[in-house]
Amino acid sequence: MRHFLKRALADIRSNKILNLITIITISLSILVVSVFLLFFENAGRVIESWNQGGRAMIYLKEEFNVDMLAQLKTKINSLGDIDKMAYISKTKALDTLKKNTAFQTTFLKTLKDNPLPDALEIKIKSYKNFKTVQTLAQNIKAIDIVDDIEYGQSWLGKFLKIFNLFKITGYSMCGFFFLMALFITANTVRLAFYSRRLEVEIMRLVGATETFIKAPFYIEGIMQGFFGGVLGLGALLITYLMVSSEITQSLASYVHFDIRFLSVKIIMFIIFSSTFLGWFGCYLSLKQIFK
Amino acid sequence: MIRLFNVSKRFGGKLALKNISLDIEQGEFIFISGPSGAGKSTLLKILYLAENIFEGQVLIDGMNLSRISSSKLPVLRRRFGIVFQDFKLIPSRTAYENIALVLEAAGQKPGFIKKKVMQVLRSTGMEKKANALPLTLSGGEQQRVAVARAVVGDPSIILADEPTGSLDSASARAILDFLTEYHKKGVTILIASHDLHLMKNTIQGRIIEINDGRIIQKDILP
Ligand SMILES: Nc1ncnc2c1ncn2[C@@H]1O[C@H](COP(=O)(O)OP(=O)(O)O)[C@@H](O)[C@H]1O
Ligand SMILES: [Mg+2]
Repeated sequence: MRHFLKRALADIRSNKILNLITIITISLSILVVSVFLLFFENAGRVIESWNQGGRAMIYLKEEFNVDMLAQLKTKINSLGDIDKMAYISKTKALDTLKKNTAFQTTFLKTLKDNPLPDALEIKIKSYKNFKTVQTLAQNIKAIDIVDDIEYGQSWLGKFLKIFNLFKITGYSMCGFFFLMALFITANTVRLAFYSRRLEVEIMRLVGATETFIKAPFYIEGIMQGFFGGVLGLGALLITYLMVSSEITQSLASYVHFDIRFLSVKIIMFIIFSSTFLGWFGCYLSLKQIFK
Repeated sequence: MIRLFNVSKRFGGKLALKNISLDIEQGEFIFISGPSGAGKSTLLKILYLAENIFEGQVLIDGMNLSRISSSKLPVLRRRFGIVFQDFKLIPSRTAYENIALVLEAAGQKPGFIKKKVMQVLRSTGMEKKANALPLTLSGGEQQRVAVARAVVGDPSIILADEPTGSLDSASARAILDFLTEYHKKGVTILIASHDLHLMKNTIQGRIIEINDGRIIQKDILP
């Protein structure tokens, strides 16, 4: 093992530029991929936090009276997974409003009729799936006595559209960069192999097994992948440290939200993937050479 | 232990070996002589399967070379210590590393490798050049490194293709004496050389003379 490592390192030293280019290519690919992952992770959290944990308000028509409540609750419960349901009568709603908006009390006092509707506040269980929420909301809205349902659909829908568009772009970019890194790695291994043809021939003649001959190439590929991954993530971290506080500040007036760096799990996943990529590039090119 | 039956080798339209049949017993000392282009190197290359397409049958220790699997090939080659006509030293590795490669490929322990390599470097008189790259060595020195590499793995058969080609007669003598030591330990030795004079001075062995791909004489030396 130490012997293979030594040989791989010797080869990297003798092909410095080629190896450097490979590592940089891999790290750029990893950078692009991880930028997207960073975006998705944070955007996902934005959706969740704006979704307020699946809360929705069901506004009821004026014909509604408390006798209908039990029946309505059963009906809504039968439509989907609801965590909690609380009835908020229009009187209560107005009281709350009066309490919370102290400076407007004079205005509210002058009101003769209560302009607020009766409402039901619900908490949807599987709120992370927007489609489920949407379907459930539509079904609830279809109930006669329900006037409207509010769950942030308009902006959430728009946001999701953009989000999905990014996702498609992101996936294709990731795929593209993955292939490019794979191609470059495979090519580097091929070049390394051809530059050592004589050596490989001699090793065979003195009784080296194919495993013995190939092992240093694999180590080289794996190291390129690993260091490419670390370098790419390092670049991402530096960028993150430079711009995240700015973005958080500029967003602060709209929403309390701080951009988080990738989780340890995702970092491990990225490094594992790029190491795998180095191995796979090596595998492909050796397979082609040795066939 | 080495048995050739009707072996022919063709390069394009040209026959380099024609119906060679030969039996070599364990522990024999064989000279393959003949002029340049006679087919000596080709014969050795077939034995270690650097040329793997040929007609006829070759058996080595009961293994049929035409049927050997690619996974068994390294095992076969480790029985051989080969001195190549063109040395085949890896230019980017030192004399020491070139020799050590054989033992590394055989999966030996680092301590053992070091001891063994230093030992053959000493016995070939190359210990001072252990860390020299092949291209900084003279032809004779490279040849000695090649011989050292051939014996380091304690092979049961040594195949040497013109092992004295780049040497003056004194050094050539020394190499032959060196190989003779291994012969005394029971190693089978095959030396291909066009230098018949050199062989005649060796104490024991058999000369097989080939010309134009044919065996013309199988002599026992006095
Ligand atoms: N790879 C090859 N391709 C074509 N012809 C070859 C090849 N190797 C050897 N030959 C021919 O086979 C004949 C025997 O060559 P070789 O075995 O090297 O002779 P020797 O070692 O006795 O000098 C020569 O005529 C040579 O030109
Ligand atoms: Mg020859």
